[in-house]
Amino acid sequence: MSWFKRIKSGITTETHEKKETPEGLWYRCPSCKSIIPSKEHSDNSWVCVKCGYHERIGSQEYFEIIFDDNTYEEINANLTSADPLEFVDTKKYHERLVESQQKTGLKDAIRTVTGTCNGLPLTVACMDFRFIGGSMGSVMGEKIARAIDYSIKHKTPFMIISKSGGARMMEAAFSLMQMAKTSAKLTQLSAAKLPYISLLTDPTTGGVTASFAMLGDLNIAEPGALIGFAGPRVVKETIGKDLPKGFQTSEFVLDHGFLDFIVVRQELKAKLAQVLAFMKN
Amino acid sequence: MSSILLDFEKPLEELHEQLMKAKQIQEKGKVNVNTVIKELESKIEKTRKDLYSNLSAWQRVQLSRHPERPYTLDYINAITEGNFLELFGDRQVKDDKAMIGGFGSINGETVMFVGQQKGNNTKARQFRNFGMPNPEGYRKALRLFKLAEKFNKPIITLIDTPGAFPGLEAEERGQGEAIARNLYEMSILKVPVICIIIGEGASGGALGIGIGDKVLMLENTWYSVISPESCSSILWRNWDNKERAADALKLTSLDMSELKLIDGIISEPVGGAHSNHPEIFESVKREIIKHLAVLTKMDPEMRVQQRLEKFCSMGVYKEE
Ligand SMILES: [Zn+2]
Repeated sequence: MSWFKRIKSGITTETHEKKETPEGLWYRCPSCKSIIPSKEHSDNSWVCVKCGYHERIGSQEYFEIIFDDNTYEEINANLTSADPLEFVDTKKYHERLVESQQKTGLKDAIRTVTGTCNGLPLTVACMDFRFIGGSMGSVMGEKIARAIDYSIKHKTPFMIISKSGGARMMEAAFSLMQMAKTSAKLTQLSAAKLPYISLLTDPTTGGVTASFAMLGDLNIAEPGALIGFAGPRVVKETIGKDLPKGFQTSEFVLDHGFLDFIVVRQELKAKLAQVLAFMKN
Repeated sequence: MSSILLDFEKPLEELHEQLMKAKQIQEKGKVNVNTVIKELESKIEKTRKDLYSNLSAWQRVQLSRHPERPYTLDYINAITEGNFLELFGDRQVKDDKAMIGGFGSINGETVMFVGQQKGNNTKARQFRNFGMPNPEGYRKALRLFKLAEKFNKPIITLIDTPGAFPGLEAEERGQGEAIARNLYEMSILKVPVICIIIGEGASGGALGIGIGDKVLMLENTWYSVISPESCSSILWRNWDNKERAADALKLTSLDMSELKLIDGIISEPVGGAHSNHPEIFESVKREIIKHLAVLTKMDPEMRVQQRLEKFCSMGVYKEE
């Protein structure tokens, strides 16, 4: 299929850039301040070997963790935002997009790919927080919609890895309607009896939480992630006092009954494979 | 005639005062000021028409929040002529006073009404939590949607909210999940669903009862992903750009209709919905009856299919 773009590990891989990594050889954990060799850190799925802190990683890293032999095909890679409202705040949205694209090498805040996980087919949509805070605009909605179509057509389970501040304000009501669009689309996946796994990572808030991220057959999360509808600052302003310790963390959300389980990233692939095997029809 | 004038209605204030004085003189009966009164009245009418023919986005936002604007229960009581049975509770946690609903009769046909409710005095506003539902509000709405579906009754939602409540307990009880569930379930309800924005349509809090076969906006309302004030504070880091934000967000009924994100606009009386309650009640009732006549005749599966396709087609992007 012509709209496929084969991506092989290493070819399009940009160097894993991180400010904390002096000369790319060392990783400095922002949580426990340990200095760890970068190789050791990435071999541990970018989780601090000393304290278990989960570094924020991008779609490339998640795909590497999930897919067999780091092999997968990207679908609909060439969708980009059209700035339908010609939105201008302190900067033109159009310019913001170009800057983000140049800085990150990405087209938008989500990539959709398909491959196998422990030999079982899986279609994955994964966000990149580096691209305007992983915000949801028309491109994210359309890519998720098409990935669901792909899953239905090829009878593969579907997974979304969320890492987003929520709506992309510069697309205003178009952004809002992506919540409706993706939720509506998920009813079709459900009608086809295909599993949908929602993985919530740090952070998952706003319109993403209030749509597809909370609609998984299984909702799972990485430990210590910020997960909520309203941002913590807004909640704090609303109640007029400090937030309780651990408020809106994965553990808090699990405790209140909105997650199936928490999974450390080093075990993500094994857990996924187990889930896919259990849910196989 | 409204007793509360908005800042952009200032030109009317002096004319109103002159009119009042003239009327006082008339009542004393010594001087005949009939012509003066008539002139003033037509001048007020003309000034008002001018003001209202050229409203900015921000002015419409102001009108959508006018304290004398009718709220959800006002519409329901007028439209059903009092034949309305309010139903309470989400069957899980509590009854959310910011989200109301129940069976009502419109032209002899039973429908399910659901909507956010604001209060019209300080005490009532607090009681209604300013029209900001908690998760139990969205779950109560869903319970009533399902009840309507079971007995094959159409659903009318009336949307008027500054947002879903961003409180501590709302987070504990899964505000995100509650809204998400409604988006999902509303897209496949087998009965006709008409959603009408009667005031403020703020973000997920509005959308949570906003998935319908027909989504309509009253003329002077707004619907977007964020309020102009919050948008200003996030993008410009101050509240002074709310007017610019209102323009940029393209949040008015006219914008939303042009962008094809809603299905229609219900005109308001000159002076806004608050200036003539009976007239706006009649307009809303007429629109509901008109759309229901078409929607109830459709095959349910076709109706759901069209609803899904409508929302799935929303979005603008480029493909290289
Ligand atoms: Zn550490």
